[in-house]
Amino acid sequence: MKGLRIVVVLLAVLALALPASAGTLDEVRARGYLIAGVNGSVFGFSMPDEKGVWKGLDVDTARAIAAAVFGDASKVKFVPLTAVQRLPALQSKEIDVLCRNTTQTLTRETTNGLNFVHVNFYDGQGFLVPKKLGIKSAKELDGATVCVLPGTTTELNAADFFRKNNMQWKPVVIEQAAELNKAFFAGRCDVLTSDSSQLAGHRAVAPNPDDYVLLPEIISKEPLAPVVRHGDDQWYDIVNWTVMALIQAEEFGITSKNVDEMLKSKDPAIQRFLGVTPGMGKALGLDDKWTYNIIKQVGNYGEIYERNVGPNTPLGMPRGLNALWTQGGLMYAAPFR
Amino acid sequence: MSEQVHVVKPPVTSVGVVGWLRQNLFNTPFNSLLSLVTLYFLWSVLPPFVRWAFIDASWFSPSQVCRDGAGACWSVITQNIRFILFGFYPYDQQWRPAVAVVLLLGLLFFSRDRKYWSKRLGYAWIVGLVAMGVLMAGGVPGLPAVETTKWGGLPLTLLLSVFGLTAAYPLGVILALGRQSKMPAIKVLSVVYIEMIRGVPLISLLFMASIIFPLFLPEGITINKILRAQVAIILFTGAYIAEVVRGGLQAIPKGQYEAAESLGLNYYLTMRLVILPQALKIVIPPTVGILVSAFKDTSLVVIIALYDVLKTTQTVLSNPEWMGFSREAYIFLAILYFLGCFSMSHYSRKLEMELSTENH
Repeated sequence: MKGLRIVVVLLAVLALALPASAGTLDEVRARGYLIAGVNGSVFGFSMPDEKGVWKGLDVDTARAIAAAVFGDASKVKFVPLTAVQRLPALQSKEIDVLCRNTTQTLTRETTNGLNFVHVNFYDGQGFLVPKKLGIKSAKELDGATVCVLPGTTTELNAADFFRKNNMQWKPVVIEQAAELNKAFFAGRCDVLTSDSSQLAGHRAVAPNPDDYVLLPEIISKEPLAPVVRHGDDQWYDIVNWTVMALIQAEEFGITSKNVDEMLKSKDPAIQRFLGVTPGMGKALGLDDKWTYNIIKQVGNYGEIYERNVGPNTPLGMPRGLNALWTQGGLMYAAPFR
Repeated sequence: MSEQVHVVKPPVTSVGVVGWLRQNLFNTPFNSLLSLVTLYFLWSVLPPFVRWAFIDASWFSPSQVCRDGAGACWSVITQNIRFILFGFYPYDQQWRPAVAVVLLLGLLFFSRDRKYWSKRLGYAWIVGLVAMGVLMAGGVPGLPAVETTKWGGLPLTLLLSVFGLTAAYPLGVILALGRQSKMPAIKVLSVVYIEMIRGVPLISLLFMASIIFPLFLPEGITINKILRAQVAIILFTGAYIAEVVRGGLQAIPKGQYEAAESLGLNYYLTMRLVILPQALKIVIPPTVGILVSAFKDTSLVVIIALYDVLKTTQTVLSNPEWMGFSREAYIFLAILYFLGCFSMSHYSRKLEMELSTENH
């Protein structure tokens, strides 16, 4: 009983001692590390390797934020979260930022009280079919059996697509991604549908990858972006501009290898960007070397992409929508000035 | 082997292997048929399985060799064993959870025999628990601190089940006594608690503990995720054990209570010396049933993203390199869980025999 009373008193004291309005940046600084919510089982986005070291595009985004805040990309703790847990974890302040392949939607920004920053991966739902079916377009899929994960927007999108095009379909619903895979490669269904980033991974592990082909149709928009809480604009700016800095660095051609030489660049835009001409970091409440630290320690967006999901990884995804705007993609950063 | 047998023996058809076969497998036409069907089944299943699991299997190869091979790919376990067993625990510090697990298993092993039960063993447990805590958490010179968020794999499964079960058992006994109590307040509270918890699946309790509970805490305060799950498991298992123990209490004849009363024993002594020893003994089998299922239920923490041994294995399976070897991985997990469950039920049978007061 006495112990309980002490705990209650302690909690009360703590509740009083913590100013409720402290900004996220101050909290993170006081704590000494960033807490980022991640998925934990999506290869290429956030997943531990066999040594338990986190790898992936979302993971590297979180590392970039840590580099911006602390000048040290390793000062981040990753909290694996399930799809249901992710939003409450952010709302209850268990995590500072959510980098967990989360699709930006209107209701999530409004009723859930969250803010999505700049998109760090443009995904969309696609179809994977065996080559031997000779299908060239998703419009030819009338009457197909379709392997799909239950309870996701994927299932709803597929239903919408088939209804819209007046086609029949038979969904084969299997809970686990790995089992779904097996069913498809064993020929239990004609088509596998999922986010195209996932399909690339599935195709990579097929018994014979060349026997399968991704159809050109993308039937949904899935802009995946890091998420922060409503009501802390400074923190929103930091996370948002960290993602933009990754993109802008690629546009400038600044990489983790050449960033030291780039410090000597005569281009005023690059000088401003890298903090040689001070001001940008100060405006965010950060060190002026924040972009330098990000690029030196994590790399630019292109490097992160190539390392985790690019053509030389098991996922082997071409840049597509995720190329820079100058190369026909959607990655476009606002000017740093 | 020599052919010349000069000593007269009983006919070969009634002794030895042949005799045994005739007596047990082919004694009636129906049994013969069953035996043949079983034999055919074994013949068609076992050799391919042995070939798959042992002869053609690859044990330590990279995944590409596995994909080309025809047999089982145990490499999915061996190549990732340290992540499967220890999760996110820092790679160079993983000897610490390994030692802690060995310590725990050793203590459990020594505690299984009642003749070792003594004060010494009690002290050994205290020392062992402290040592395990220090090993896992660190923070003393020579052992860098490791946060609980990095605990995972087998140590987490054992932590949740061993401490969950040992804490749930006394809680269950107290609740059962409370439900039998003559004091209305205590009785009502116990009944409400037991029925409420039993009316809710464990999954929803875990969800509440991990998702809803933090939203009610004052800002900035978070309670350890493992602790939240652990408490949920204890509360849940406790309620089930309470009902089992109540069954035991009700099975004790009224005469025992009256006898204890006429000896002048108070409530506490009556329970401790007369009623509980008999009641708890009666309910060993159902209690162990609950403990075994609670042990398996700890794997439900997967849904709140705690990396117990099931989750670490599944994580390995979602790596494209190892995708598709789920059979091997789940067989490995099944063996792990079987070892845990089987030793529990084996121990309970032994305990029943030792505690039996009937004359054999």
